Amino acid sequence: MIVAALALTASLGLGWAMLIRWAARDGRAYGIATPLLFGALLLWCWEVVCIGFGVPRVLLPAPTEIARAFATHLPMLWADFVQTVVRAVLPGYALGCAAGYLAAIALDRSLFLRRGVLPLAGLLGAMPIVGIAPIMVMWFGFDWPSKAAVAAVMTFFPMLVNTVAGLSGTGAIERDLMRSYGASYWQTLVKLRLPAALPFVFNALKLNFTLALIGAIVAEYFGTPIVGMGFRISTEAARLDLDVVWAEVALAAITGSACFAALALLERVVLFWHPSVQKFALSGR
Amino acid sequence: MIRGAARRAAPIVVVLLGLVGMWYAAALALDLRAGQALAGSGASPQALIAAAWSLERPLLPAPHQVAQAVWSGLFGEPLGSARSLLYHAGVTALTAALGFALALVFGIALAVSIVHVRTLDRSLMPWVVASQTVPVLAIAPMVVVVLGNIGLTGVLPKALIAGWLSFFPITTAMVTGLRSPDRMQFDLMRTYSASGRDIFAKLRWPASMAFLFAGVKVAATLAVVGAIVAELPTGAQAGLGARLLAGSYYGQTLQIWAALIAAALLTLLAVGAADCAQRVLVARRGGRL
Repeated sequence: MIVAALALTASLGLGWAMLIRWAARDGRAYGIATPLLFGALLLWCWEVVCIGFGVPRVLLPAPTEIARAFATHLPMLWADFVQTVVRAVLPGYALGCAAGYLAAIALDRSLFLRRGVLPLAGLLGAMPIVGIAPIMVMWFGFDWPSKAAVAAVMTFFPMLVNTVAGLSGTGAIERDLMRSYGASYWQTLVKLRLPAALPFVFNALKLNFTLALIGAIVAEYFGTPIVGMGFRISTEAARLDLDVVWAEVALAAITGSACFAALALLERVVLFWHPSVQKFALSGR
Repeated sequence: MIRGAARRAAPIVVVLLGLVGMWYAAALALDLRAGQALAGSGASPQALIAAAWSLERPLLPAPHQVAQAVWSGLFGEPLGSARSLLYHAGVTALTAALGFALALVFGIALAVSIVHVRTLDRSLMPWVVASQTVPVLAIAPMVVVVLGNIGLTGVLPKALIAGWLSFFPITTAMVTGLRSPDRMQFDLMRTYSASGRDIFAKLRWPASMAFLFAGVKVAATLAVVGAIVAELPTGAQAGLGARLLAGSYYGQTLQIWAALIAAALLTLLAVGAADCAQRVLVARRGGRL
């Protein structure tokens, strides 16, 4: 007990002193290393507290226990991942985003419709849409289609609102230039306005992945076959196997941030010509 | 003024009417078979449609059925009754409000320390941003179970989940807001030889309010979502989430839809309250935020 307290204070003091020194420096390496050190310090203190003070496993398993659970339950985690992410989230996400994108392009032709739909879409987007999960489970059954449907509905509105905002974002000068070229509506749309809307679209894509993941996981609380991340989390929590729950949460976190990072990378590759990315590249951060 | 409002409202009304029409059509399409069974084989088309739109457990209830269920749930039951939607909405609202209050206090405190302590800014802020990509709601069942183990039950675990969810928009908005004054304004404060506390109270804090309220509106919605989802794994007896779950178990579609509409109304109320608070503040500060 005393040893643990000593170890904790020592590592906290040492780690914090190091953090202060690193945080005072500029440069890209320190910008990445400082938060990593902070995360490592947090994990280390978590471990020390759990082992040293004998925190019961039903309260908080130590990080090493979680890592062990992750390693031993790898096949099960993979099955849950396939069920929730590959079967439910990805199709739902793709469907919702594509529908939102196409609906935005359709709305673009009519100012009247846009004025009618946008306020409603904004309103609906701010609603607790996860609540439709029980209805979707009733319509599409316990398996992945109902989860994909929830994810699709949740991703639809942000994509719609963002794409419409992006499409109206081109300046008068650019549009005048297209008109002076004698470009038709569709040519202007494809060559000028859709590319110009891409930053907004990517914003929605990044935001939507987390939403889709949340939608699918929460929908599993309403009924599932006996596989899936949401199912596993709720049943293992009820059985007090918290190390498995934490492993599953870690999997969800890794999935969410990995997809976010992948989308951010894709954005930089696709939007290499855009000022926001160019500034990014020039400043080196 | 009035004509402008009418011109703005007209498209919304038209689209709404269109949506309601589509809803009726969809309800008819989905419930026709069950309606046929109810009305008998020799029924006239009108009777068939009427039957399809008034089923007890429709696949998709017609709008007027949902409105009726919401109305009777809100006002047709005694307040203490387990079927009163007002009671369930009140339970959820209490959870959400408590969680939101926690999030407001901790979010602002964290933002203030992030802005003032460079070490925290460099080490913690990236994690706050990255945590947005994590499906936080996934931890809800665990939080409830763990806190139940150490004897914390009732409203607090649910409020913690609601608070955890609404914590991030407040923090990020507040950090941006506290940093929003530009260089010249800080320099001006320095020429007045203002202390750090003065700079905070007279420049940073007032400047952050517009950002805070933008974050607060997002957070208010998330607090309601968090409160509803937190009610799912607790097997809670009361609350809109419990209504959703019970309706899902027993196939009571009308109950699900009514709870859903009540949740939407609650969200509107929460965002409206945030908007009112903002207006009051604007009025007190002489028309600016």
